[in-house]
Amino acid sequence: MKTIYLDNNATSAVAPEVIEAMMPFFRDQWGNPSSMHVFGGQVKKPIDKAREQVAALIHADPSEIIFTSCGTESDNAAIRGAAEALGPRYNVITTRVEHPAVLGPCRYLGERGHRLHEIGVDAAGQLDMVQLGEALRDGPAISSVMWANNETGVIFPIAEIAAMVKAADGVMHTDAVQAVGKLPIDVRKIPVDMLSLSGHKLHAPKGIGVLYVRKGTRLQPFMLGGHQEDNRRAGTENVPYIVGLGRAAELALESITKEMTTVAALRDRLEAGLLATCPDSRVNGDRVNRLPNTLNISFEYIEGESILYMMSDVGIAASSGSACTSGSLEPSHVLRAMGVPFTAVHGSVRFSLSRYTTQEEIDYTCNHLPPIISRLRAISPFVKK
Amino acid sequence: MDHFRNPRNVGVIENPDGVGEVGSLACGDALRLMFKLGPDGRIADVKFQTFGCASAIASSSALTEMIKGMTVEEAGKVTNQDIAEFLGGLPEQKMHCSVMGREALDAAIDNYRSGKTEKKILAGKVVCNCFGVTEEEITRVVRENGLSTVEQVTNYTKAGGGCGKCKPDIEKILEKARAERLEAERKAGAKTAPRKLTVIEKIRLIEQTIEREIRPLLKRDGGDIELIDVEGNRVKVALRGMCAGCQVAQFTLKDVVEVKLREFVSSDLTVEEVRE
Repeated sequence: MKTIYLDNNATSAVAPEVIEAMMPFFRDQWGNPSSMHVFGGQVKKPIDKAREQVAALIHADPSEIIFTSCGTESDNAAIRGAAEALGPRYNVITTRVEHPAVLGPCRYLGERGHRLHEIGVDAAGQLDMVQLGEALRDGPAISSVMWANNETGVIFPIAEIAAMVKAADGVMHTDAVQAVGKLPIDVRKIPVDMLSLSGHKLHAPKGIGVLYVRKGTRLQPFMLGGHQEDNRRAGTENVPYIVGLGRAAELALESITKEMTTVAALRDRLEAGLLATCPDSRVNGDRVNRLPNTLNISFEYIEGESILYMMSDVGIAASSGSACTSGSLEPSHVLRAMGVPFTAVHGSVRFSLSRYTTQEEIDYTCNHLPPIISRLRAISPFVKK
Repeated sequence: MDHFRNPRNVGVIENPDGVGEVGSLACGDALRLMFKLGPDGRIADVKFQTFGCASAIASSSALTEMIKGMTVEEAGKVTNQDIAEFLGGLPEQKMHCSVMGREALDAAIDNYRSGKTEKKILAGKVVCNCFGVTEEEITRVVRENGLSTVEQVTNYTKAGGGCGKCKPDIEKILEKARAERLEAERKAGAKTAPRKLTVIEKIRLIEQTIEREIRPLLKRDGGDIELIDVEGNRVKVALRGMCAGCQVAQFTLKDVVEVKLREFVSSDLTVEEVRE
């Protein structure tokens, strides 16, 4: 059976070019870059090149790129590192719809003497800018606001938010894990101090991430015990993965137009197809300011996990915000924060495409989903007769 | 998985003899179960509708297959474990689906017996407000499944899986059930004629009693206890935490530790404190 992968916001396929770029660093050039001999020397240049490739993707200076082990490490290093450098006098501001990798450290600091503000969102998932303004007036703050939401794809007005934070003399971090590679990002134009990105969301493997740190940002290193990454992140460099991420960043920069046009058109085709054939369905989140690859749609009266299982039987992979799929009993905190009714939260399905998604796959999905939805509704006690 | 992909007995029955509804959209799963009796007093037809995950659908389907042909009395004895077993086991986090099946069946039987058509009003104190789970329900599930941790209770009933505020209350229910179980064990033990404990049995029983009966009491006040040694009938313990150096430690030793050990292990024990 053919399989159709529409869960790219969870993780993405490693690009063949990336695998090719990485292989020599497993097979032959396995040296430690800190070594003085030839083995060390031959892997220093490739790391520098990867750093340049990643910097180019977000228009940063290579010296501002720190390689980490994943997006979650980048978020932790940024938020906890800034808090440690600046002290408990600084408040922490974040949003109610962040990824747990940001909410976790922010709430941790909230329990340890920092005043914590969690900014809400409206029904479209857009940030409450008035509430953000009020929180910023409460004193100096470390703010962490995501660029784009992983569940709904909603894009925050990050330029405006960063400008507000900087005007209040605060520190601005953004979790851009979902945005990098899908949207053009230019840190010369947007005054964020720190930005997290993750390799496996942009067709590099899992186990590699980046924290961009603008020159002059005060940050206490998270990992101690080594001089690597200019004393900002200890630990022997993960050479093959760094090289792989560099290549993936280069490919992402080349394909950004494709992401914005072709992928967006396929997503719109999927959206229109499903809305037309599945009654009592609704799109969650701002449909204008949205990642080009993401569609979050709720099918009323039925439950997400059941939908996913049946989709999986016909070879379609996606994810859901339903409680049964979250690993806990709580349904999606993002959709709940938006005030999406419980009925719709439990029946939510997220489709996330990539530049490898084809029109044939989208049409297959459009054809196979409606029977699943009506089959489950036939079992449900809530469908209005 | 077959009961999920090809659920049996989906739908509604005209003029059913019993209808049971549990759960709600907010909870994330819900089940409506109805049955009709045949002339022989056995369940002739049973149908269900489910909103929920794969396990919820499979549990509902399995339940309907199980109770077909049973009398109402027999059906009343079906437990959530029976449902899980029928399906060849359910993952721990999905046990609440089988509990929901049993609840709906109970509700349908109540409805048949009382003739009342309104939804069963939740009996007893609501412990978990997020999912509307009562003390009665938790106590029953703890008893039937021999649960001992809050996490298990969450897996079986969902209670405590939302905001988590009710976890201390669940802990109290577990403590109560634990005490009941111990009491029952003791009674069962008493019936089979008191027999002299071997040294190993005695030490194990002392440890068990400290763990279940004594430590929870001390922990409530920030204290703790450690069993150091047992010499004949002399039990040597050390008090820890807030209990160590506490003014009323002697009182605690005699009136709590010794009383409990005499009650649950052997009436000729004495307790001594070891100071290091």
